[in-house]
Amino acid sequence: MPVVTLTINDELVSGQAGQTLLSLLQERGIEMPTLCHLEGLSERGGCRLCMVEMKGSPRLFAACVTPVQEDMVVYTHTERLINYRRMILELLFSERNHYCAVCVMNGHCELQTQAAENGMTSVRYDYLNPDLPMDASHERYVLDHNRCILCTRCIRVCDEIEGAHVWDLMGRGVNSMLISDLAMPWGDSVTCTNCGKCVQVCPTGALFTRGSTVAEMEKHHNFLKWILTGREQNQWDYSNL
Amino acid sequence: MNRVELQNMAQTETERQSAFRCRLLCCASTPCLSSGSTAVSEAMKEALVAGNLNGEVEVVATGCMGPCSRGPLVTVKVPGQEDVIYEQVTPEIAKEIVTQHVAENKPVSEHMLPADMPFFVKQKKIVLSNSGQIDPEKLEDYVARQGYTALAHALREMTPEEVCATITQSGLRGRGGAGFPTGIKWDLVRKSQGDKKYVVANGDEGDPGAYMDRTLMESDPHRLLEGMAIAGYAVGADQGYLYVRGEYPIAAQRLQRAIRAAERRGILGSRVLDSNFTFRVDVRIGAGAFVCGEETALMASIMGRRGQPVPRPPYPAERGLWGKPTLINNVETFGNIAPIILNGAEWFAGIGTEKSKGSKIFALAGNIDTTGLIEVPMGITLREIVYDIANGIPDGYAFKAVQTGGPSGGCIPAQYLDTPVDYQSLGALGSIMGSGGLVVMDERSCMADVAKYFIEFCMDESCGKCVPCRVGTVQMHRILERVTNGSADFDDLKMLEELCTLVRETSLCGLGQNAPNPVISTLRYFRDEYEAHITERRCPAGACEMDSIPVRELRTNSLVYSHDGAQAEAAKA
Repeated sequence: MPVVTLTINDELVSGQAGQTLLSLLQERGIEMPTLCHLEGLSERGGCRLCMVEMKGSPRLFAACVTPVQEDMVVYTHTERLINYRRMILELLFSERNHYCAVCVMNGHCELQTQAAENGMTSVRYDYLNPDLPMDASHERYVLDHNRCILCTRCIRVCDEIEGAHVWDLMGRGVNSMLISDLAMPWGDSVTCTNCGKCVQVCPTGALFTRGSTVAEMEKHHNFLKWILTGREQNQWDYSNL
Repeated sequence: MNRVELQNMAQTETERQSAFRCRLLCCASTPCLSSGSTAVSEAMKEALVAGNLNGEVEVVATGCMGPCSRGPLVTVKVPGQEDVIYEQVTPEIAKEIVTQHVAENKPVSEHMLPADMPFFVKQKKIVLSNSGQIDPEKLEDYVARQGYTALAHALREMTPEEVCATITQSGLRGRGGAGFPTGIKWDLVRKSQGDKKYVVANGDEGDPGAYMDRTLMESDPHRLLEGMAIAGYAVGADQGYLYVRGEYPIAAQRLQRAIRAAERRGILGSRVLDSNFTFRVDVRIGAGAFVCGEETALMASIMGRRGQPVPRPPYPAERGLWGKPTLINNVETFGNIAPIILNGAEWFAGIGTEKSKGSKIFALAGNIDTTGLIEVPMGITLREIVYDIANGIPDGYAFKAVQTGGPSGGCIPAQYLDTPVDYQSLGALGSIMGSGGLVVMDERSCMADVAKYFIEFCMDESCGKCVPCRVGTVQMHRILERVTNGSADFDDLKMLEELCTLVRETSLCGLGQNAPNPVISTLRYFRDEYEAHITERRCPAGACEMDSIPVRELRTNSLVYSHDGAQAEAAKA
């Protein structure tokens, strides 16, 4: 693999050609806020939290979909970027009904963590308070649209890892909705394999195990790495699972 | 079919047409059809039969003639005489035209448009040169006007490199909005490695009030196919897709017929014009999403996926449709190709300004005397367009602003009316050339209300993939709603400006990045209007209802005295 040299936050670093800027930043231990990104899934570039500044370009770049290039000069935590990240988080909180205090994921939620880490203390925008349903028709899991941030991790894991493609999006803009099969109740889905991968990758309390109550739900996505290395190297290590 | 057969076809058709004593061209594009041109052409045909002129006179259903608000339009063509155009033709007038003008050569003066009308004189028709002159459903008619000779010439006399070089030298830039140099894009695709390449024509025109692409597709479909075929030859593609907006059924139908006609004659398909070049074209019809005009979303839609943009790079020139190198241009760009090949790059480069060459089609709409479709040389001033071509603003109202570029563009105020229309000048004013929508507004339009309209459009059309565009546009719309109903305060204005910057800088695709432009440009030129809404709770243009008050005042007022606004004011004083 050819090596490329670039400057990140005034420090010379080298990375491998072809890798994304985000993976290099994470290798270097630079904390980047992400929501739609999840290692092992395809990149989406939708949450816009990992935007970075690039010297010589007025545009901002989403690190998760930007390949590293020779002589790039990147800044990851300028005042402008921190401000934008806060605003994007505020927008996400205003979009649907994110009431942490009564959420199954309280304390383990990625959205909540991002808000805390990025210093988002209040939401200045109007809460849109949409009237959204819940889908508790599945025997093991529940979908709560009120907590969904449309990161589509569930869609991607179901399509790319499980191969079932139960989930997809319906509608557009702020009216986009996660649907199972052709907009039927999850419990009636004929394609769903009940594997629960979507639940484990969901960053918020939108997908959770039936029966869990406030702050009880915890999610683990180390299974993704396990499956991917297993498939690539045909080694299935059951000891640490 | 080969070159000689093409020439023969042209000659036969020219002879057939010149055998008529008179030809009656009746516009059959969407605006005229909706104002009743079908009845007009029927009436003319009946009158011809009644007057026993059937064999000597031909009635032709053509494409757009330009001044759409004056439709239905009819052109009377008598060999050796200047064309006469009639406006607002009813079936009764159509009969008069036949009985007086055609039969006795006495033009009906009442509905005649003057030949020296600035609307026609100031135009420079390159792309639309056939529009309104030929029957779009007749291949022969197009061939008779040098149709497909540029393709024949390119296939026989030029290498793909030469075609790309000619387009580069001509200085043609993409007509879809961004203005990327067309020749350079072609060359990129030509150099891309790939066993299969594609050419895509973007006919998903979605800007409110814009219909340049529709008119081109409806009026001269073969011109578009010829441009695509030349592009296919230049970049090494053998398959083209025409992405037509779902709201344009007539355009899609005419294009499909044109493709079939061309394939039947060996002008498209395998062995184009008896050469080794193969090129097929298929029509894909959109399902009504504005975002599908964005190239990556459009390609997703062609492939049958959800119409959502994907981050670039990779650009379509490297990896486009099904991962193959893809050339994607606006239909108007393709409309420019055949004339450039026929007349040479120097000819084209001689038209327009230093950095913006050629002509541009604009759809004139709004508070002006004549709305319609025009093609003007680059560098013409906005004043000439508004006051000469469109004949100014009716009823004596004052000009306020012209909105260019649709929801991605901005509003240009009166002091910049003498700005030449080209990519750089409009960009410097905070607007864009865009695909060519031009909406003129007079003093009765409230600029905050206009901004709200465009933000509402972007909000409805946001695909929902990235957060700033999906939620940011909703929040901007909410604030503008407050401005226009009188309940905004200065914090709202500050928040609006912050949101504008956020959405512009962090959105994923062009739709989101340019969505705040109408707000930014109206705030730049008409800030006093926004402020009047807030401080004086008054809409200077008188367009907004202003029936609410800010939440904060609601609270203090109710504490002080009562819900009655006037008494509350007195109590505060």
